[in-house]
Parts: sequence; structure tokens; C-alpha cells
Amino acid sequence: MVHEWALAEAVLATASRAAGGKIVKSLKVVLGELQNVDVEILRFAISELKRGTDLEAAEVEFEVEPAVFKCEVCGTEWRLDDALLNDREREAIHFVPELAHAFLKCTSCGSPDFRVVKGRGVWIKELVSNG
Amino acid sequence: MDPRLAVIPFRLGGVKRIIVVCSGKGGVGKTLISTLFALLASQRGKRVGLLDLDFHGPSVSVVLGCRGCTPLEDKGLIPVEVAGVKVMSLDFFAGSAPLPLRGRDATEALIELLAVTRWGELDLLVVDSPPGTGDELLDAVRLLKGVEALVVTTPSKLALSSVSRLVGLLKAARVPVLGVLENMRVEDDVNVQRMAAEWGLVYLGWLPYDRDLERALGDPSALFSTSVSRSLERILETANLLA
Ligand SMILES: Nc1ncnc2c1ncn2[C@@H]1O[C@H](COP(=O)(O)OP(=O)(O)OP(=O)(O)O)[C@@H](O)[C@H]1O
Ligand SMILES: [Mg+2]
Ligand SMILES: [Zn+2]
Repeated sequence: MVHEWALAEAVLATASRAAGGKIVKSLKVVLGELQNVDVEILRFAISELKRGTDLEAAEVEFEVEPAVFKCEVCGTEWRLDDALLNDREREAIHFVPELAHAFLKCTSCGSPDFRVVKGRGVWIKELVSNG
Repeated sequence: MDPRLAVIPFRLGGVKRIIVVCSGKGGVGKTLISTLFALLASQRGKRVGLLDLDFHGPSVSVVLGCRGCTPLEDKGLIPVEVAGVKVMSLDFFAGSAPLPLRGRDATEALIELLAVTRWGELDLLVVDSPPGTGDELLDAVRLLKGVEALVVTTPSKLALSSVSRLVGLLKAARVPVLGVLENMRVEDDVNVQRMAAEWGLVYLGWLPYDRDLERALGDPSALFSTSVSRSLERILETANLLA
């Protein structure tokens, strides 16, 4: 999805709004594997951007949720590693994960009709604040 | 808590005006008109963007002749520039592969696309929409704050009944409608004018059916000299949409 720095800004803005002015102690951010976010860049960006904010002291933890696909026709489940993708396709999926629907097919029956069961999106799973 | 939603207003922060070209009905000329609108506004010196929201049949790149172009990555994605217009479409990524998205996935794709695209400063962002009154349109209205609508129809009864539903939806969603544009008119008829009055909307004017249009598709400079483009220019000018 978005560039790591923009994502860092968004995570902090969202967390700060959720904390409603309280000091945030810790934060857990889940990143879907499909988003293909560079966690180290994100970690660095967040540590830079949180200085001087309510989140300055917050411990930020990341968790990458592996992507799982499920065929709507035959029920087969598969992972991103099982899919044969070229670099261009990988990059496109990094920008807009739904493009997986243009490039992936069921590994068993070849159907284009599948669901992303896990591993997409970015969300704040836990937020601990003072008081 | 979805942090991507916090990025969107920031990405659109430099955009002064957003106009979605919509219809409810398929094949009435939404893509052609939104693309020409963007080209004409850009020709007048405006800073213009063109966003293709038709994920199932993205085609502004066909009208502009920029299929196969790739947006550059720089802290997000920089739209492809064609004849001065900044263009963003899933067609740049999916190529000719079909993109079967169910409703929720289409919403996610729109959120991602809006979160990743860096439009910069724009006077106008024209949005081409898919046919129907489904998720894409509702999402566009929800995520593109302050969006206004330009309604396109042909004189056919079949088009008008779909457009009626669309107009109802736009009203319920409190989207300001700039007016109704009649496309592919082949004979004198006041049907669309009458319907526009019934809907309480401004009738902006009509575009002729142009047999030579097909040859100009894919070539912006040829598009400018089509009779559709000249008629559209007059209409947009009268409606004060090029100023
Ligand atoms: N005024 C016109 N004269 C001649 N041909 C036209 C005119 N307007 C549109 N067309 C042609 O009609 C077809 C449909 O136009 P267009 O793709 O712009 O419609 P649309 O509403 O975007 O369709 P969809 O709902 O599939 O997205 C195209 O082949 C286009 O070139
Ligand atoms: Mg179209
Ligand atoms: Zn299958």
C-alpha cells in the first residue's frame, strides 16, 4: 500500500486519536503480508515521527499476518509462497493488494474466483495508554 | 482502526475540486466524456487529474492511448502524465488480465489506490466511474470528500430509467449534481430535457453521435478536433466548468 513513511504518519495519527490525549504506552500494529510493507523502514519512520508527541514513549510492536487464499469453487487454501509471481506482479500487489485477483489462480483447480482469507490490510490491534 | 483512511485526506489535500462523471447506465460515454473533460480543462491551463474508478473495465488509458505506462514510485505513486493530465488507473498494473473483484475487494482497492496516489496540487480531479449504483460509487462519495457529480445519459428510455435511480442515490447521499449531459443524440427530442426538469437538475446540453470518433481514440490531439470534443467544450464553458 502506501509508502512506509506515509503509513507511519497514518498509524501515529490514528493511534493518537484513539488514545484521546492520553499518553500511549504501547501499540501493536498488524501488517498483512499482501501489503508487503518494509517493517524496518516503518519502524524507523515511526521512531522518528513520534518524537515530541503523546506517543514518544510508546513501544511499537509489529506483526506480519501471512496471506492465505481460499478458492470459492473447490475450497483449496494456499499461501502467497505457493503462487508463481514475477517481479512486476509482486510490485503491483505491493501497491494495491487486490491486484492479486488479476494475477493469482487457484493452485488446485485454476479458478480465478478466490477469497483473501488473511493477510491483507493494516490495523492497530492493541493500544495501551496511561490512565 | 484503519490507518490507511487517515492518509487519504492528506493525499487529496492539494485538490481543489473533484467531479465524478457518472450515469447508472453502461456504455453511455462516461469514459469518453470524463477523459475529454480532463483534456479540455488541461488545455485551458488548469492542473488536472483523471482517476479511473472502473476497476472491472478500466479504459481511460485506451481513450488516451497510454496503456502500458507505469506510474513512478516516489513516496507513493506518481500518476502517469498524458497531454498535461495526471492519470491513475488500475489498468497500469493489471494490464489486460481480468480483475474479478467482489464488492468488499473493490472497496479495499479504492482505499489503497487513494492512499498511495500522490496527486500534488490540482485545480480539478475528474473521476470516471463504472456503470451502476453499486459499491464503487458509494465508496467514491464516502472517500472523496466534497465530490460533485456530472450525470451522463443517452436519450434511450433504457438509459433514463437507470439514470433515475442514480439521481435518487446522489440526492440521498447529498452529492451536489452539476447537471445532466445528453450524449449520442441522433435526432431532435426533448426527452432528456424533460427528465432533467423532473429530477430538478440543470440540463447542460447534448453531444452528437460522432461517426469519426472511433478513429481518434488513443490520440489526444486527434480527440480535440472531433465534433464531440468541440460540443463538449462549448457546454462546459457555458456551465462555467472550464474557467
Ligand atoms: N458522442 C459519441 N459519438 C460516437 N461514439 C461515442 C460517443 N460517445 C461515446 N461513444 C462511443 O461509445 C462507446 C461507449 O463509450 P464509453 O466507453 O465512454 O462509455 P461508458 O459509459 O464509459 O461505458 P462503460 O459503462 O462500459 O464504462 C465507446 O466506443 C465510445 O467511443
Ligand atoms: Mg467507462
Ligand atoms: Zn479451486
